[in-house]
Amino acid sequence: MALLEVSNIQKNFGDTEVLRDISFSMEKGQALSIIGSSGSGKTTLLRCLNFLEKPDKGRIQIRDEVLFDGERTKRDSEEEIRKKRLHFGLVFQSFNLFPQYTALENIMLAPKLDAQAHHRADNGEIEARAKELLAQMGLSNRKDNYPHQLSGGQQQRVAIARALALQPDILCFDEPTSALDPELTGEVLRVIRELADNHTTMIIVTHEMKFAHDVADQVIFMDNGIILEKGSPDEVFEHPTHERTKQFLAGYTNPQQ
Amino acid sequence: MFAEVTLSLLGGFLTTVKLFILTLVFALPLGLFISFGSMSKIKVINIPINFLIWIVRGTPLLLQLLIIYYGPGIILKNNVWGAGDGGRFIAALVAFVINYACYFSVIYRGGIQAIPVGQYEAGEVLGMTKGQIFRKIVLLQVIKRIVPPISNEIITLVKDTSLARVIAVYEVIWAGQAYIKSAGIIWPLFYTGAFYLIFSALLTWLFHYIEKRLSYFR
Repeated sequence: MALLEVSNIQKNFGDTEVLRDISFSMEKGQALSIIGSSGSGKTTLLRCLNFLEKPDKGRIQIRDEVLFDGERTKRDSEEEIRKKRLHFGLVFQSFNLFPQYTALENIMLAPKLDAQAHHRADNGEIEARAKELLAQMGLSNRKDNYPHQLSGGQQQRVAIARALALQPDILCFDEPTSALDPELTGEVLRVIRELADNHTTMIIVTHEMKFAHDVADQVIFMDNGIILEKGSPDEVFEHPTHERTKQFLAGYTNPQQ
Repeated sequence: MFAEVTLSLLGGFLTTVKLFILTLVFALPLGLFISFGSMSKIKVINIPINFLIWIVRGTPLLLQLLIIYYGPGIILKNNVWGAGDGGRFIAALVAFVINYACYFSVIYRGGIQAIPVGQYEAGEVLGMTKGQIFRKIVLLQVIKRIVPPISNEIITLVKDTSLARVIAVYEVIWAGQAYIKSAGIIWPLFYTGAFYLIFSALLTWLFHYIEKRLSYFR
């Protein structure tokens, strides 16, 4: 059984159809890359999975739990949505770390609040796990630094640790290196690659084509709100079936000045 | 003579400080409610609130004091404020609270709207409730942003309290002015300036301290 099953998602902003009939599925431990030009709907799709946008139609299912069903008229309570969205983690393009908290506090905030809400007081355990995550990101010596004292690449790695702290089923990345200087993208990509090697289930929206190719088990090319091409990295990158895909990929391999 | 004047001015200044502190105690939280009201998507809430803000910011505080003190008596034929000094003080307090709450609300709104939407979204995807997002993420960032404009308003309030003398609240200027009639001397009136200066120096120092305490993050 697939871990994630997305069927016929549709999303309109006013009269604009941003997502049309989006369907795909993925298995546990897989990495999925989503590529496509700006405005093709990649980010909106991630935002739908994370309940930051509500699709107009379609169905999202994790294992046998239905997270969203456009057919259902009953509206989820805030509490239900919060529970459902924790299946996903999201790493933002602009990091969105909380400036008043240190790197370690950023990672611990949500797990602590969650533990409080369930009257579990395992702060020691939460801190140990946060430190472990920081170590995994290569940032142990930065645990007491505030976000403004960190480089963009370091901030993004803290943001990845923060998302991992809640142990989501699927970790989503929304163009995680687009806001970084070229020389800082490497350290973030390396960390994501390590996660893929450890079989973290991930959906990665990115403009880094080589990375999308190397890290993914499955690649989706989106264009104009639809999935135009879907398959293994070799299928999509080496043998695309649509003219539009070839044109898009050509823009990356022979950048026109 | 100097000691006697100082003591008498201190008595008036006590009223000034009382009016100042009580205004802040009520206006700072009330401003937050007004600011939420002014940002509400519900028209029956935001339209009257924004109308109130327009009236309060669009007319002189001096006029508002007079209307709030005399208005009820003229319209209801009944002095709701009670007789004597106490009643006048309460009327002045009500006028100051409404006026300053409206100004504070606009500062709060600016502070709240300046927080990037990504901060809210980061909290949401981490499964935090709206209340947790406001208290644990947004609030301190808003406070940091509004300390400079709020301190401006609060220092203005110190001096605006002198307007209360228009409805005969015996504050420090009143006490100083009394010597013109009773003793034919004007220097006690000028001397009141020293009280304001010392008080605003203390406040300046306090706000400087708060800003410094919040400078650990950006």
